[in-house]
Amino acid sequence: MLTIDNLHARVEGKDILKGLSLSVAAGEVHAIMGPNGSGKSTLGHILAGRPGYEVTAGSVTFAGEDLLAMDTEERARAGVFLAFQYPVEIPGVSNMEFLKASVDAVREHRGEEPLDAVTFMKKAREACKVASLDQAFLKRGVNEGFSGGEKKRNELLQMLLLEPRLGILDETDSGLDIDALQVVAEGVNSLRGADRSFILVTHYQRLLNYIQPDKVHVLAGGRIVRSGDASLALHLEDKGYAWLEDEVA
Amino acid sequence: MGSSMHDTLAAAAAAAPGWLAPARDAARQAWAETPLPTRKTEQWKYTSIAPLEQDFGPGRPVELDAATVDALLPDIGALRLVFVNGHFAPALSSGELPEGLELVRFAEADDSQAARIREHLGSALPEAGHPFATLNGAALGDGLFLAIAPGASIREPLQLAWLTAGDGQAFTVTPRLLLLAGENSCLSVVEHFADAGGSAPSFSNAVTELLLAPGATVNHYRLNLEQGRALHIGGVHARLERDATLNGFCLGLGADLKRLDLVVTLAGPGAHAELDGIYLPRGDEHVDYHTCLEHAVPHCTSMETFRGVIGDRARAVFNGRIHIHPQAQKTRAELSNKNLLTSADAEVNSKPELEIYADDVQCAHGATVAQLDALSLHYLRSRGVSREEAQVMLSFGFVNEVLESARLEPLRDALRPLLARRFARDPSLMRHLA
Repeated sequence: MLTIDNLHARVEGKDILKGLSLSVAAGEVHAIMGPNGSGKSTLGHILAGRPGYEVTAGSVTFAGEDLLAMDTEERARAGVFLAFQYPVEIPGVSNMEFLKASVDAVREHRGEEPLDAVTFMKKAREACKVASLDQAFLKRGVNEGFSGGEKKRNELLQMLLLEPRLGILDETDSGLDIDALQVVAEGVNSLRGADRSFILVTHYQRLLNYIQPDKVHVLAGGRIVRSGDASLALHLEDKGYAWLEDEVA
Repeated sequence: MGSSMHDTLAAAAAAAPGWLAPARDAARQAWAETPLPTRKTEQWKYTSIAPLEQDFGPGRPVELDAATVDALLPDIGALRLVFVNGHFAPALSSGELPEGLELVRFAEADDSQAARIREHLGSALPEAGHPFATLNGAALGDGLFLAIAPGASIREPLQLAWLTAGDGQAFTVTPRLLLLAGENSCLSVVEHFADAGGSAPSFSNAVTELLLAPGATVNHYRLNLEQGRALHIGGVHARLERDATLNGFCLGLGADLKRLDLVVTLAGPGAHAELDGIYLPRGDEHVDYHTCLEHAVPHCTSMETFRGVIGDRARAVFNGRIHIHPQAQKTRAELSNKNLLTSADAEVNSKPELEIYADDVQCAHGATVAQLDALSLHYLRSRGVSREEAQVMLSFGFVNEVLESARLEPLRDALRPLLARRFARDPSLMRHLA
């Protein structure tokens, strides 16, 4: 599904990723953990094509295509979804208008007809239930005045409607109370399937109590320094990241 | 302005009722002594009146069919009065006058109405005069008098449409509205200026006076949708007595020349004014909003929010003056002006202008000029939305926030697609909006 090979990336003149390699097969859930400043969020931004994040070497192949050659919207239409750590507020555009535009764009790319308003509304309401968001949020401005937890659940709502092939959750668990964390985890679990992969970027092991990862990687100094199964996350929770520092050098 | 302006003034006089003559003669005298503003006149620094330098004859009646008018005017379920080139068009007007609302053309006013018009006409205008309000007075032939009975709460909005339609020769029209809102009365009125097209330039010189008695509430909407050679210089002058409330909303598309002066005098304690506006010039258009809040007495509040999206090579001017008189203690005044430039050649001149002579006041103001937010654009694109559609959505959202504050829901619904169309060169780009 996704192959990252020797990825180097720079932000504002500073090298952040320094030779990151990672392979995620279809249906797998990978967790990427690491201390602050290790490049975790940068990886998500690079995959989503955020302006200002410059790839200086390496390659990213998604479903056989060169991901880095694609525009941001092309990546989204091909099935890459990044749940933002800090979702953006867009006052004056309703969540509903935004969601319909997104779903139509992705469907059009797949050669499908746009959903009629009634069918879309029905799907949106169902997704609201899963994301535990009141339907009133559909009429409000995109993320406008939403609490931190509501924003994260709105990201989940989008992911549920867009049904991506690769979902990247950038510290979606940060700032979430336990109830909201469970909602997000259940939403992700409901989407898990043989054709869909996830990358969970997180600082804490907590999220992994609810979403069982197939693999856990530790990112430090811009590279993956350790990979293992779910037990690696427990070990990190127990020991912290300090014991890995030798590996960074 | 060509020599035929004199003929035009003469033609207006011929049509006017005799009792208007003294007011008109006084205005004509003042007009003769008024120097025309130039770019050296501070209030006109960024707006040139050069497009007025041509011969404008009087506006002649032109027949418009209902379909043309319906395309220009959204159906907001209102009592509707339509004027075409300054001439009342009964066939295009509809609805019944609700109880408590008095509505008459100056030309048809009875003695009591004429007396009230004479008493109040011009009373909301600035003492120092405004050149184009003076010109309006000098050309005054007819006008509309609107009085709301004390205590009357009129549920149905009133839509006044001032349309222009070219018929071969450049012409000018001088709409005039005098509204007296009685004590504790309430009314929503939509003034809708639009151009049906045609072969000749037009110049609308419109003046509206709103006089709000104690406790009155008026929701006043002024839509200036003329474009191109349909020039407009207009003013809204409001005077609010004790505890009166004015909720004003403006929408201005750009034209070769468009200038609006909105002057609100808070003349009684407890008066409250809200002034919201949107301007959207594009192409080579120009639009200029000059607003002024005169806080003349204590304990009044004003909140003003204007936003503009300026595209292509268009130019916008926003000048927001807040004048707090020495005795106007405990004033609260807020002013916000935000501008979005969607092209490297677009221009805006934004100037908040605060004159505060009282010491116990709260006054906040801010003006910004920005481009589309790169992160917001990225966020929309990261969900599959094309760059072009994302740009339309962001521009739309920027001004739709202001539109959402308009109280009249049918009007909001009617204006949303109009805003979206303004940004979407290809209709498919607005299919998810409005």
